[in-house]
Amino acid sequence: MANHDDASEKQDETRTGTTEPRKKASFALPVIKGLANTLAHVLRREPNTIHYPEEKRTPYPGYRGEHRLKRDELGREKCTACFLCATACPAFCIEIVAEEAPWDDREKRPRIFNIDMMRCIYCGMCEEACPCDAIELTPIYNIPSRTRGEKIYDKEKLLSL
Amino acid sequence: MTTADTIFWPVIPALKAVVILVVILHIVPGLVYFERRISAWIQDRIGPNRVGPVGLLQPLADVIKLAFKEDLTPQGADKWIYRMAPFLVYAPAVIAFSVIPVGIDLQVASFGVGVIFLLTISSFSVYGLAFGGWASNNKYSLLGGLRASAQMISYEVAMGLSIIAILMTAQTVDLNEIVRQQWGATTLGLVQWNLFQQPIAAVVFLVAAFAETNRLPFDLPECEAELVGGFHTEYSGLKFATFFMGEYIAMITMSGLMVTMFLGGWSVPWIEIPTSPTFGDVALSVFIFTVKLTVLLFFYIWVRWTLPRFRYDQLMNIGWKVFIPFSLLNLGLTATSGVMGWNWLIPLPW
Ligand code: SF4
Ligand code: SF4
Repeated sequence: MANHDDASEKQDETRTGTTEPRKKASFALPVIKGLANTLAHVLRREPNTIHYPEEKRTPYPGYRGEHRLKRDELGREKCTACFLCATACPAFCIEIVAEEAPWDDREKRPRIFNIDMMRCIYCGMCEEACPCDAIELTPIYNIPSRTRGEKIYDKEKLLSL
Repeated sequence: MTTADTIFWPVIPALKAVVILVVILHIVPGLVYFERRISAWIQDRIGPNRVGPVGLLQPLADVIKLAFKEDLTPQGADKWIYRMAPFLVYAPAVIAFSVIPVGIDLQVASFGVGVIFLLTISSFSVYGLAFGGWASNNKYSLLGGLRASAQMISYEVAMGLSIIAILMTAQTVDLNEIVRQQWGATTLGLVQWNLFQQPIAAVVFLVAAFAETNRLPFDLPECEAELVGGFHTEYSGLKFATFFMGEYIAMITMSGLMVTMFLGGWSVPWIEIPTSPTFGDVALSVFIFTVKLTVLLFFYIWVRWTLPRFRYDQLMNIGWKVFIPFSLLNLGLTATSGVMGWNWLIPLPW
């Protein structure tokens, strides 16, 4: 009689490439092994989780959290409004409006620089694309807010981070 | 019997009933907390520890949350049966506990047929599951209810057969008598628990008890992976809480029965049971029972968080092809050794 077990054996055969039928082991030994394993965990009690708001995990180096815009030695924003980051961004969440820069060493600077953090996928492409090293992802990760509007960061906010 | 006795005879049993009911109802939140903490430790988590000292008030928070949930009745549900079902799960578990002796001759209802009464009543809970599944007008619930009944039929047989073996050696169905036979030492120095005298029956009963109370690894009636929530998919708020309570109380009742039948109940190992117990003796026996019960409840939780759910055909295979033949074999062995007087095989009380 072709029953369920035969079918699963056939499958195992093709999967493992051997003609030896799978051994019909009883559940008893694995059950005891499993129980011993979990009991060891109960007795050891080394939780892998943390008490979150009180304890915080330090992000690994290179962690991609919220963005910030950098300033140069004179305290001016480094960004030259070249739009490379906005072009590179796969989520289209960077909005830049340029204006003429009042300084001699560059032509433009951003008048508006908005990043929609709700759309951002924290891929870091903007950071890689920037020729002036002006944008950077910080390791800040605890970033809740009450409204969507709050999550659209403008230039001031990005520069202050 | 004095006149005062004739007037007040219902008072003592009623008092016992109330006390035991209240105690069981208060064990349940404790058990839920216990389960959540242990499961957390098994999974290397911390577990609930925010509400109250070390999270002890977590069950209270859970209850408040459940109480404020909307009490839904699905469209097309059979209203009366739908409402009745949670209580049909909850009530048998509580009633069944009434015959379990928690201390020296201390039980709510002591009548001769203890074990049989308990088995009969606790089997009723399957009506709750089946009715709940049927009345909610939901195919997943219905499947859950069906599974519950099929599972109950397969495991009840093995369970009954394993109990018969115990009753044969004990030669009584009175649970207190069964306990009284289990305090002494065997020739090997082990305590005379039925666990050591009837190991096959003990294992079969243990596994059948898991199936009977629908606990993992046999919780197929509420299998989340296939049936959403099984028979209680449509239940919310306090009706769901009643199902939940019923499951936990059934677990306590089954553990209590197992302690009584296989682990020597309230008797202290190797210490003779006093014929006229003092208050201290009774207290000690209650304490012993509680310790054994706690160990078994821990075992229940431990197994639940270790083993994955069985597949349905595996469940049926184990029930019909392993446990029933084994318990029949055990029954035959017990009967033969009883008739032939083979005390070396199964030490009998006579
Ligand atoms: S991290 Fe990626 S998605 Fe976010 S702003 Fe930069 S490029 Fe766009
Ligand atoms: S942040 Fe960098 S890439 Fe983006 S506009 Fe400014 S200078 Fe260009």
